[in-house]
Amino acid sequence: MFWLFYFGKGQKTMYDVTIIGCGIAGASLAYQLSQYDLRVLVLERENDVSMGTTKANSAIVHAGYDPEYGTLMAKLNVRGAEMMEPLCRALSVEYRRTGSFVIALNETDLPHLQKLYKNGVKNGVPGLRLLSGEEARAMEPHLADTVCGALLAPSAGIVDPWGLCIAEAEVAVRNGVELRLRSEVRGVEDHGGRYVVHTSSGDVETAYLVNCSGTHGHEISAMVGPREWDAHPSRGEYYLLDKSSGGLVQHVIFQCPTVRGKGVLVSPTVHGNLIVGPNAQDADDADDRKTTLSGLDEVADSSRRSVPCLDLRQSIRNFAGVRAVTSESDFILRPSASSPRLLHICGIKSPGLTAAPAIAEYALELLGGMGLTLCRKSSWDGGRERICFRKLSETEKAELIRRDPRYGRVICRCETITEGEIVAAIHSPIPPCSIDGIKRRAGAGMGRCQGGFCGPRVLELLARELGSNPMQIPQDGDGTRLLIEETKGGDRK
Amino acid sequence: MKELICITCPRGCHLTVDEAHDYAVTGNACPRGAEYGRNELLHPVRTVTSTVRAEGSAIRRLPVKTDRPLPKEKIFDCIALLNTITAHAPVNCGAVLAAKILGTDVNIVATRALPL
Amino acid sequence: MNYDLVVIGGGPAGLAAANAAWEDGCRSICIVERDRELGGILNQCIHNGFGLHYFKEELTGPEYAGRFVEKLRATGVAVRLDAMVLDITRDRQVHIVSSGSGYEVLEARAVVLAMGCRERTRGAIAIPGTRPAGVFTAGTAQRYLNIEGYMVGKRVVILGSGDIGLIMARRMTLEGAKVLACVEVLPYSGGLTRNIVQCLNDFDIPLYLSHTITDIQGRNRVERVVVSQVGSDRRPIPGTEMTFDCDTVLLSVGLIPENELSRAAGIVMDPRTNGPVVYENMETSLPGVFACGNVVHVHDLVDFVTAEATRAGKAAAACCAGTHPAEQRVLPLQGGNLVGYTVPQHIHLDADFSVVELFFRVRAVCGASRIVLTDETGAQLAAFPRQRLAPGEMENLRLSRALLDRAQGSVTVSIEEAAK
Repeated sequence: MFWLFYFGKGQKTMYDVTIIGCGIAGASLAYQLSQYDLRVLVLERENDVSMGTTKANSAIVHAGYDPEYGTLMAKLNVRGAEMMEPLCRALSVEYRRTGSFVIALNETDLPHLQKLYKNGVKNGVPGLRLLSGEEARAMEPHLADTVCGALLAPSAGIVDPWGLCIAEAEVAVRNGVELRLRSEVRGVEDHGGRYVVHTSSGDVETAYLVNCSGTHGHEISAMVGPREWDAHPSRGEYYLLDKSSGGLVQHVIFQCPTVRGKGVLVSPTVHGNLIVGPNAQDADDADDRKTTLSGLDEVADSSRRSVPCLDLRQSIRNFAGVRAVTSESDFILRPSASSPRLLHICGIKSPGLTAAPAIAEYALELLGGMGLTLCRKSSWDGGRERICFRKLSETEKAELIRRDPRYGRVICRCETITEGEIVAAIHSPIPPCSIDGIKRRAGAGMGRCQGGFCGPRVLELLARELGSNPMQIPQDGDGTRLLIEETKGGDRK
Repeated sequence: MKELICITCPRGCHLTVDEAHDYAVTGNACPRGAEYGRNELLHPVRTVTSTVRAEGSAIRRLPVKTDRPLPKEKIFDCIALLNTITAHAPVNCGAVLAAKILGTDVNIVATRALPL
Repeated sequence: MNYDLVVIGGGPAGLAAANAAWEDGCRSICIVERDRELGGILNQCIHNGFGLHYFKEELTGPEYAGRFVEKLRATGVAVRLDAMVLDITRDRQVHIVSSGSGYEVLEARAVVLAMGCRERTRGAIAIPGTRPAGVFTAGTAQRYLNIEGYMVGKRVVILGSGDIGLIMARRMTLEGAKVLACVEVLPYSGGLTRNIVQCLNDFDIPLYLSHTITDIQGRNRVERVVVSQVGSDRRPIPGTEMTFDCDTVLLSVGLIPENELSRAAGIVMDPRTNGPVVYENMETSLPGVFACGNVVHVHDLVDFVTAEATRAGKAAAACCAGTHPAEQRVLPLQGGNLVGYTVPQHIHLDADFSVVELFFRVRAVCGASRIVLTDETGAQLAAFPRQRLAPGEMENLRLSRALLDRAQGSVTVSIEEAAK
């Protein structure tokens, strides 16, 4: 069922594939599917893409020594790590191959490093090497003196997770995929040859359905039959340190798990900051993203065991992400047991971000096996350009401002983001409607003042470009209003 | 004997005012402090600073002040009055936007120019 | 396009420096300001309390700025508005972008840094909880309110009893919000006492000292905060929690001098002030580059900013005129007992001055005390009595040439509290 029908008045468009959720999993699949002659719809409950776990994670591209050999996680982690660099280059998404260390903080950690090394070799991870404590500290001088060994994985890296999600979704939309925001799935009816999906923005008919709904995956599975797994969402808290700390380490620094837990990481970010975290606490619910005093203390104490000179007073932001941990240990990548044309892409906890491009590839195979006809389009535009003003040379900056003076007006002082970049983001294929939507696309507000200076100016630009009342513009998701009312009995509310 | 902090200038002298002896003030570093101490107990006054709507200019809100202190109990009435005023450009700094408000000698003046 | 003097920032510091340089004969000056008009932060400080020292009158922020803008109009100082400085090099090239003039590089003989400061954020103090809309720094809320004309909330809890928090408590109340509390982690307020009276007491807004916000709750917008008492370690004391139903949190938890440009230029910084190390003429470690105002250290009174900026402007003008002193003896100044930092951090002993204005802050609230100056031998050079000293109130001393000439080695400024 790959041809399109429009049955006239009263009949809805029938989609070939409908994806539920536009986080990294949904966006990666949409990006893949957009290369084929298919009518594809993505349903996203929020007012923007990448609003769930994709927005709040460690942003690591894992090398792939950690997942157990033979699991989908292992296979797709390694494949995803391989795909990440060329993909990011094509999409103008920030990526850096930093390599990673797993450090041994005492002798009892060393057997674990051995285990990871052997597992990694079996998984096909390239370039793995065991280092002594001295070698590790020679490469990373700020590591603790107690470090007595390390596993070096040169193929690991760091990436911009929401940037990748947005870029893939933009390319998909540009190539004919329909994206419906503010469309929460409330029910699914299986009519044999098709599904009727009830959403908060209306009903949809589709031949195939793909569940990429993150921490809500089990709820979707329960809409077509008995719930196929249990959800155990897990919350992880982070510190994000000022760029002045961004150079403390060059690699992603992992710890070995102890009786206390998995250990926290210390890593540079693609934006030049240092990220520290996460811990792992049972989340209250699928959307529980609060930080806690005990959690932040735990992260602080644990991280200083790797890098003792960490000064957490340099933190510019704390946040928490919630992982889709389930009752199954591996990714849940299979058709629903109750309904043959519903594909689950669930339980995408770490190394989910890394694996996402490979998961999408694999999902295509599964969909083919489920009967979806895949016929490649004759033309598909998979590239994506993005101007990053601060990275241009002096001459390039001068030329750009001459062409478009809006690039001469710096809005975000901390990150040197211009009006031109913000306006370009507002007019991108998936236009943001919020302050944080601009932050995720153009970067304004990510710096050390956390939007204190640029916030009012970004608000003004959004209002102007969208023709909206400034008071309607949210900080992030719908309902996160910034401004309550005008002063002086103004008529606008 | 009442203890107060003088608010006339940033020094914030700790004053003692003796109601029993004609509101004599001690602890002040200057004569304004003595006046403040007396007034604060007898008929407290405050300078009010706020903004009014502005039209005809790129500036949306014009900052204003009372040109002398207003009886404290009239502060919120003063704010309500300011909510009804719209300044139309051009306005000079110091221009009177509302004269002798609320039965007093106090005027509302602009504290910056409002250019066209 | 080149100017003898480029002033970065058109707020009170930049305005005073440019005016002073012009008055001292410099005739090629350009102010580069990122906002649409001059005045800096004073444009949104619509309250009064400015100018009591400098003008002997009580002015509002806009009026104070207006006086200097008027003065500037009578000069030939050039002004670039809506223009951002991206970089300053060691040889005083100033890289600027603006819509109007594109990418420009100005080569200056002298530069005055007057970039002011930014506000400390929630992340810097790690307040736990959710991250709903409705958490603002007090200055951002002030901008929305006074410049754009919007209320950011109706039920407000303010964290931090520095002046900005206190001023906003009153301002929000006057505009119809309910300010439920002002919460301060230290056992004393960092703001001027007059502001406690006219911003909190006048409106019956409670001040909770030795308390802090320990949880922010709310899904999309702030719904409530939990406030706890803290011990001397500033950690919350279990069992002391109070809950406030509110929709807004205003943070007034500190100002940080904005020195990204200074650091990029390799200027030596003082980690205690987060500003450049300066001499008595406000010159930094980079010859020909001067700094003044909040970018050097956070001030309480704009009048002192003007005085400091005037010194910087005069020195910059002298530098442009070529009367730049050759190698000189340097006298370092140290902060001793209870003194957090001094500005300047060192003095050109051979410069032509009769008095040096010294500024410092104490680390704790002190009752009757003496400010004591000693040299490296321990000899006491001078002592100045004070009734009261507080970290929230910058102190200043005038040090005579005679005193400084007497000093052997460095000079240390300490506090000796009177016997209790």
